[in-house]
Amino acid sequence: MFSFENILDLPIIWYALIGTAVFLYVLLDGFDLGVGILFPFAPSDQSRDRIMNSIAPFWDGNETWLVLGGGGLFAAFPLAYAVLMPAFYLPIIFMLLGLIFRGVAFEFRFKAFGWSRKAWNYAFHLGSLTAAFMQGVVLGTFVQGIAVEGRRFAGGALDWVSPFALMTGAALVFGYALLGATWIIMKTDGETQEWARNYAGSICVCVALFMALVTLSTPLINNDIKTLWFSLPNFFYLSPLPLLAFGMFLLLWKDLRRKKECRPFFLSIGIFLMNYLGLGISLWPWIVPFRFTLWEAAAAPQSQSLLLAGTLFLLPMVLGYTAYSFYTFRGKASPEGYY
Amino acid sequence: MHLFDPVFLARLQFAFTISFHILFPAFTIGIASWLAVVEWRWLKTGNPVFESVYRMWVKIFAVNFGMGVVSGIVLSYQFGTNWSAFSDRTGNILGPLLGFEVLTAFFLEASFLGIMLFGWKRVGKMAHFGATVIVAVGTLISAFWILSANSWMQTPQGFIKGADGIFYPTNWIRIIFNPSFPYRFVHMVAAAYLTTAFVVGGVGAYYLWRRRHVGSARVMFGMAMIMAVFVAPLQLFFGDLHGLNTLEHQPAKVSAMEGLWETQRGAPLKLFGWPDQKKETTLYALEVPKLSSLILTHDFNGEVKGLKEWPSEDRPPAAWIFWSFRIMVGIGLLMIATGIAAVILFLRKRLFDTRWFQFWCMALTPSGFLAVLTGWCVTEIGRQPFIVYNVMRTADSVSPVGSGPVALSLGAFFLVYTVIFGAGTYYILKLIGKGPDMPEDASFGTHGLKKPLLVVDRS
Ligand code: HDD
Ligand code: HEM
Ligand code: HEM
Repeated sequence: MFSFENILDLPIIWYALIGTAVFLYVLLDGFDLGVGILFPFAPSDQSRDRIMNSIAPFWDGNETWLVLGGGGLFAAFPLAYAVLMPAFYLPIIFMLLGLIFRGVAFEFRFKAFGWSRKAWNYAFHLGSLTAAFMQGVVLGTFVQGIAVEGRRFAGGALDWVSPFALMTGAALVFGYALLGATWIIMKTDGETQEWARNYAGSICVCVALFMALVTLSTPLINNDIKTLWFSLPNFFYLSPLPLLAFGMFLLLWKDLRRKKECRPFFLSIGIFLMNYLGLGISLWPWIVPFRFTLWEAAAAPQSQSLLLAGTLFLLPMVLGYTAYSFYTFRGKASPEGYY
Repeated sequence: MHLFDPVFLARLQFAFTISFHILFPAFTIGIASWLAVVEWRWLKTGNPVFESVYRMWVKIFAVNFGMGVVSGIVLSYQFGTNWSAFSDRTGNILGPLLGFEVLTAFFLEASFLGIMLFGWKRVGKMAHFGATVIVAVGTLISAFWILSANSWMQTPQGFIKGADGIFYPTNWIRIIFNPSFPYRFVHMVAAAYLTTAFVVGGVGAYYLWRRRHVGSARVMFGMAMIMAVFVAPLQLFFGDLHGLNTLEHQPAKVSAMEGLWETQRGAPLKLFGWPDQKKETTLYALEVPKLSSLILTHDFNGEVKGLKEWPSEDRPPAAWIFWSFRIMVGIGLLMIATGIAAVILFLRKRLFDTRWFQFWCMALTPSGFLAVLTGWCVTEIGRQPFIVYNVMRTADSVSPVGSGPVALSLGAFFLVYTVIFGAGTYYILKLIGKGPDMPEDASFGTHGLKKPLLVVDRS
């Protein structure tokens, strides 16, 4: 049977691919979860309909990246999937329940009136909030390290309840809210846009604070990460990341004041990217921190090869028609216009 | 089996969440293909009845699709949360299959669904039709991969088991096209089409019965009856082939379907009865002599294996399988009867105005869902006590998670699904109550009964 293991370092390729899928998920579902987080604060019902319309054609596609992240991990690193999922048992379940509520709310609220419509508005908000927070908790738990025995998770059901993980949970909520607010600025105008711009300013400050907190505490919880970042000459090689992030914050702040419409969204993406890269560097080469490296957890080369061959062919197509879909729904979203 | 046994709880949770999920795909797959046909008819004939039918059902489709997506995401994570030992050992094989499902089907469905639902004013008519077709094809591709994965668990081949207990692929073609897959795929897709046909037909019958939306109702009812006439008998044929395949690869499952304990020649067909696992016999059986042998071996005196051929710890729980199987086949026979009645009424030109038949079709509206659920129960419970047939046991598959979190999440899923399902059903019923936006008298003839064309106002 065919296999690329002699010509390629398959685990590294898969690590990069899954890393990319997860990042795309964070960006894409990030903005629509963020819209959900901000939803009840919108100035009017009309403006709520409008921001809902701005994400309705995309949310399903966005969430599919989450399925790809999970499915890809299962396919390419089954051991990691088998150890991590039980470790995140409750946060994942809560995240799924949150996603259920917000997912059905898209359809249901357009068909409901009066109090039930309000109820679905809140379902949409609370579902988005829960999902975002739990994803942040999963991230924090991951960074802290997982208790493993043999090939199985060996910790407790509540290992994720730690100050650090709760903090990363809150940080991600604000991060997504920033993506959501800048998305709304880009896709709407008038009172809705004005409101989003105001919110984006304060959220931007919170995100900066959380980033500083997380960046400073991560090296504290793990010595390896500390030496990685704070030893010479690494420090100089790595310092562009936080500096770039800082620069983007300044630019974002200015753009908000100068009422730019599109760039803030892309700057928010840039800020996420810097954080994500920083995280990747800190955790390299672990896939189950600090127990299994990506080579140790890799699936059989035949399996990784087969799916890689498929992915090289299919992923460009997926990206192509995703772009087509965003292109079809370009421009400002309208308040009505539901099918 | 202890109530708080983590294996039992995990099984209950999986059975509950997947039974909930499959209700939606069963409808999504069928209705997506049907909508493609309706839109095609509309483009072809320009008849606005088709447009109004499309616009009504696409809303129902959207609600259903949304529930299908969120319940499906739960499942894809449950492999890891609840069945991590299983994931660790079968990841090399099932992982790529599920990965291909995401890449070839889920993205396709999700992206073009956006255009199908919201793109009316943004893309041309042909592009919109293209989106509908792509969504329909996406649902079929999705069924292809997931059923391949499931069938591999039923009839595994093309792998070796390492010393570490992990499965390694040796031949992908043999894995994907494993022996039970073609039968399961065809049977499941036909099941989805029938389920949809009976829902659409039931709603059409309801409108005809109430004499509302008659033009659209004739389209719905007529198209549904065409499906019943042709696909219901085919399903019996596919099911029979499927059963023969199972007899070859999973004979214990077939013995349980038949409620047969002793291996015998000229085995009778037990119409009804109660298979008792402890007493190792089927109580109160009502039998037709030799029929079972005839169906399974095509010979009145053929030998059929009984459950006692297998040690008691390798036997599936027979009563569940026996009864689920009878419910599914019973519904299949009712569907065939419906098709025959429709042909007779059609020949007498009474298809659209026979009251008792409308009532009958309304009663059968949910029958497809019941048949799909019971069919899956036969398949999945019949695989027990194995998760991968004959090579890995269900009991060895669970995650190292205590019963507390599993019980908690099971309770939470139960509550949430009840609320969501209740609300979803309510909104779908409301959409049905409202009906298509169409002037009531704008009726065109449908299949067979061509009426003179009326000039219809488009607004
Ligand atoms: C025969 C068909 C069939 C079967 C047996 C299953 N599914 Fe399913 N699934 C579909 C057919 C389908 C579909 C037709 O493609 C859905 C249904 C409604 C929908 O929105 O897409 C879907 C949606 C769907 C989604 C959401 C996709 C998205 O984001 O758009 C996921 C993650 C899964 N499924 C996963 C599973 C898993 C892990 C299953 C088994 C354990 C499973 N499905 C059984
Ligand atoms: C979609 C229709 C399906 C339904 C209604 C269904 C139903 C069930 C039921 C009732 C059980 C519990 C059996 C028992 O424990 O006695 C079960 C178990 C299971 N099924 Fe399915 N199933 C379906 C499809 C699938 C598919 C497509 C897969 C995999 C690709 C799958 C994988 C499993 C697994 C992993 C278990 C848990 C272990 C076990 O109890 O055997 N199922 N399913
Ligand atoms: C009319 C006579 C029918 C026969 C003889 C028949 C036969 C079978 C058999 C033998 C199985 C078990 C396959 C296995 O070994 O795992 C099965 C499964 C199943 N049946 Fe049927 N069936 C019939 C009608 C129907 C109908 C009307 C529906 C739904 C509308 C349906 C839906 C299913 C489903 C969803 C499964 C599980 C998936 C699979 O294994 O294919 N069946 N059927």
